[in-house]
Amino acid sequence: MRRAIQYLLAACLLLIPGAARAQLTIEITGGGGNQIPVAVLQFAGEAVLPTSITDIIEADLLRSGRFRVQYAGGINPLPTEPAQVNFGDWKTRNTDAIVIGGAQRLPNGRFEVRFRLLDVPKQTQLAGVAFTLSAAQVRATAHRIADVIYEKLTGERGVFSTRIAYVVKQNGRFELRIADADGQGAQVALASREPIISPSWSPDGTRLAYVSFESKKPVVYVHSLTTGQRHVVANFRGSNSAPAWSPDGKQLAAVLSKEGGSQLYLIHADGSNVRRITESSSIDTEPIFSADGQFIYFTSDRGGSPQIYRMPAGGGEPARITFDGEYNVSPRLSVDGKTMAFVSRRDGRFQLAVMDLGSRQMQVLTDTQRDESPSFAPNGTMILYATEVGGRGVLAAVSADGRVKQRLSVQAADVREPAWGPFLGN
Amino acid sequence: MNRARALFAAIALVVLYGCGSEPSKDEGKAGVEDRSPATVRPPTRPTQPPVSAQPVRPSQVQVNPLKDPKNILSKRSVYFDYDSDRIREEFRPLLQAHAKYLADHSGAKMLTQGNADERGSREYNLALGQRRAEAVRRMLVLMGAREAQIDAVSLGEEKPRCAEHGEACWAENRRGDLLHSGEF
Repeated sequence: MRRAIQYLLAACLLLIPGAARAQLTIEITGGGGNQIPVAVLQFAGEAVLPTSITDIIEADLLRSGRFRVQYAGGINPLPTEPAQVNFGDWKTRNTDAIVIGGAQRLPNGRFEVRFRLLDVPKQTQLAGVAFTLSAAQVRATAHRIADVIYEKLTGERGVFSTRIAYVVKQNGRFELRIADADGQGAQVALASREPIISPSWSPDGTRLAYVSFESKKPVVYVHSLTTGQRHVVANFRGSNSAPAWSPDGKQLAAVLSKEGGSQLYLIHADGSNVRRITESSSIDTEPIFSADGQFIYFTSDRGGSPQIYRMPAGGGEPARITFDGEYNVSPRLSVDGKTMAFVSRRDGRFQLAVMDLGSRQMQVLTDTQRDESPSFAPNGTMILYATEVGGRGVLAAVSADGRVKQRLSVQAADVREPAWGPFLGN
Repeated sequence: MNRARALFAAIALVVLYGCGSEPSKDEGKAGVEDRSPATVRPPTRPTQPPVSAQPVRPSQVQVNPLKDPKNILSKRSVYFDYDSDRIREEFRPLLQAHAKYLADHSGAKMLTQGNADERGSREYNLALGQRRAEAVRRMLVLMGAREAQIDAVSLGEEKPRCAEHGEACWAENRRGDLLHSGEF
């Protein structure tokens, strides 16, 4: 019985399987220039699948803002081979690429889905892949197909198969959720009556570090998404917060106040080997590693106002990065290390901005009031962040050039603290 | 069958209790009962008639000074300016009283909780709340409490007392709270 109680306590605190009640819905509020015209034809026989796979592929392409998805209905019979495609017809519609495919049920109850991406002007095949999948894998397969299409047509890796983490506050409860990048398939990783903040993905996407207030003070945890197990990484005297993974996934930078004041420390992911790396009487917080692991960017008010600094990852003299304005916080770096996203206060508004770290040129990307917690998509094209619309927390995403904008919201709930996960299989 | 049902009920209770954490700080404060028996102090000279025109003071019930609304020790919050951890002059008497209480009760412990308003970065606000909690602790130590009696933690902007979006509310949320033993 005692065992059972312990097990139940653990189970209700840890990974709670099953889809979350409310899904994120995505609204596209802006479009990019130079969109590639593409048509996704229905896959022959796709009605055998529980959901329309081509609808999901189309929605992915549309949401990226990089494509003009053309009407592709009314074609009968649906082509499955390049030889069956009327390229002349698509040429007159100025279509650059078309997607064709087929689906069928296999004798073992699984499904097979094949698709081809065809270059219309050249009348050649750019990609062709066949998948076998279960009924539960239709969405995942659609995202993989969209990733192939995106990569072939833009030259960049697609992020449709990646996941996002975020916190939903509803009826006095806090839930840390993990969803597909399109906001679907949300799962609750942790539910609590106390706040959860600052989720941070491990570089391999299998673990999340976060700050939970369940023991009435901020404590840093690492939570395995594969086993649902978690452990305390930092629960020292005072506050413990702002975890950020090193690129090798072995250690975390975090903020501890155990020696007085909020200072930066490095900690092994198991909670051992705690080393202090800043020595200041100011606030030092929000550490983030550069992709090469050489530097840590962080927020500090050592100059009199909160600004972003950079220091060698093992400790050393910090150099100030932001100078424009009185409040620049929450640095996040693109994977190529060239761009920094952050939040800048301008005329009382907290807005998402980016800085080209080479030229130090800064650009404000949004016109909202309360932007927070930016994070880059792993291919660097989009920045996910939290903002407020109508007094309610929502997530939004904007392309790094500011042209494509999306908004993600959950009905009747506050959504905050988003973190875009890494490519899987890294 | 009955046993199974009882077991199920027990498990359901455990789940309900286990999944709900403790009430938030403010609820907790409101819910904390004064468990020390209220001792009635007998009037020293009950029969003596009043000798002056002063009103008769009723025989007093000795209450916990930390809970007595008439005692400054029942006041537990100090408020801060925007992006500041400076203790304002008006809160010195309150901190003085709590410092004396801690000095007089060497076994007493205190938790200072720092809070911030909702504007800006959550993590920066967490650090700001920590700085406020530590400013309160530092002042209490300067005023005679021992360092080891006081822990300082931050709740950042995560546990706002006031949920509106405006300066009146923000001022209320830029706050340090003093919790005595048994209240945290």
